[in-house]
Amino acid sequence: MNLTLKIWRQKDAKSPGKMVTYPISNIEGHMSFLEMMDILNDELIEKGEEPVAFDHDCREGICGMCSMYINGEAHGPDRKVTTCQLHMRMFKDGETIHIEPFRANSFPVLKDLMVDRSAFDRIQQAGGYISVNTSGNTQDANSLPIPKADADLAMDAATCIGCGACVATCKNSSAMLFVSAKVSQYALLPQGQVEANDRVLNMVNQMDIEGFGNCTNTGACEVECPKGISLDNIARMNRELMKAKV
Amino acid sequence: MSKSKFTTIGRKILMALSGFFLMFFLLQHLTINMLSVISPDTFNEVSQFMGTNPVVQFALQPVLIFAVFFHFIMGIVLELQNRRARTVKYAYNKPSANSNWMSRNMIYSGLVVLAFLGLHFYDFWVHEITEKYIDGDMTGLIDPNNPNSGYRYYDELSEKFIDPIRVIIYIISFVLLALHLLHGFQSSFQSVGVSKGKNFIKKFGNAFAIVVPAGFIFIAIFHFLQH
Repeated sequence: MNLTLKIWRQKDAKSPGKMVTYPISNIEGHMSFLEMMDILNDELIEKGEEPVAFDHDCREGICGMCSMYINGEAHGPDRKVTTCQLHMRMFKDGETIHIEPFRANSFPVLKDLMVDRSAFDRIQQAGGYISVNTSGNTQDANSLPIPKADADLAMDAATCIGCGACVATCKNSSAMLFVSAKVSQYALLPQGQVEANDRVLNMVNQMDIEGFGNCTNTGACEVECPKGISLDNIARMNRELMKAKV
Repeated sequence: MSKSKFTTIGRKILMALSGFFLMFFLLQHLTINMLSVISPDTFNEVSQFMGTNPVVQFALQPVLIFAVFFHFIMGIVLELQNRRARTVKYAYNKPSANSNWMSRNMIYSGLVVLAFLGLHFYDFWVHEITEKYIDGDMTGLIDPNNPNSGYRYYDELSEKFIDPIRVIIYIISFVLLALHLLHGFQSSFQSVGVSKGKNFIKKFGNAFAIVVPAGFIFIAIFHFLQH
């Protein structure tokens, strides 16, 4: 298929950016979106132009690095996929595809489609862990009985790959879905109880320091999340915060 | 530990709590107003009670006014904060793919309801406060010097709906209130951490959001047609 790509080009973090149009031909429906971007970059390099910078790593939907906003949606029009898992068959021959970086002031653009998502790392470092002595006497995880339902919900929350699609999608640039998933994966398990109060207070505090917006429960994040993280996690985090504050 | 008095989550919880109070108020307001359709005499009696009862006047009324002001001031503050979180907008965005209009436009439906409240306060509240606490007439009678003249509340309500322009303003405002509640009801429960039974909450909330404003619209049209 033949496509017209409108891509955000920005030299570096300080330079202004703009949308630039690139025609591209002979794209097959079975290709992934990133393969299409690779072909475009090969063509640009052959012409002596600067290739489009974009984040990618595992290319199997696990690492959370790919972060494009495609035709007005984080990770494009398909559901529960990352950009690397998005197939070109989701688009029509002759279509114009708009490709932009994830936009939020807390995710500054570094170059073209690459954004700095280290705000998520700092939130995680503020409390997204359990303090365990790992010096040879770690308790076997299976020695603690955990209800199956709780274990499943904790695992569901833990599938969050921290890609930032929730922030990119949210009209308020809120990071609540990400933070709530990280709070929930421990709040549901006995190992997470000891530091539960400090965890939610510190992570929410760091989220606020990073300048993310307020959640207004539009539910857009849940729809666009490549891992299907549920809004129930946000309700759980709100309960955890109230519990910690009281 | 958090140093801020209210976190972003704390603010949304307070927004939800004030919303709960206002939704409860709407329900009791509709119940009393519906009496004007069913029985003007009962409406007059209840209005006199509400207008002279010290608990209603000096405890519930200040709480209500505080809740209204808090809800809209906090709503505007949150909206401004949210806009600051993304100063460079997307060149191409498709929010309809993942969220409904009501949830994305609470500030606009809320501002219309707020503008309506200005008119509503001018129509009824300012008049009542002037009559009772400035002019000092606590009788609620059409003629304060004639105990047999009857209460004035039904007549005052009815007179407001002679003007079709005012009726149209009321209808538009309540349609916007319905859109506000269609998101606001279920959103309030989510904000205070309720996730169990959310399908029921959503269905009940949708019914509440349609039935309550429709009731107020019905009352306005009913009195308009009486003239």
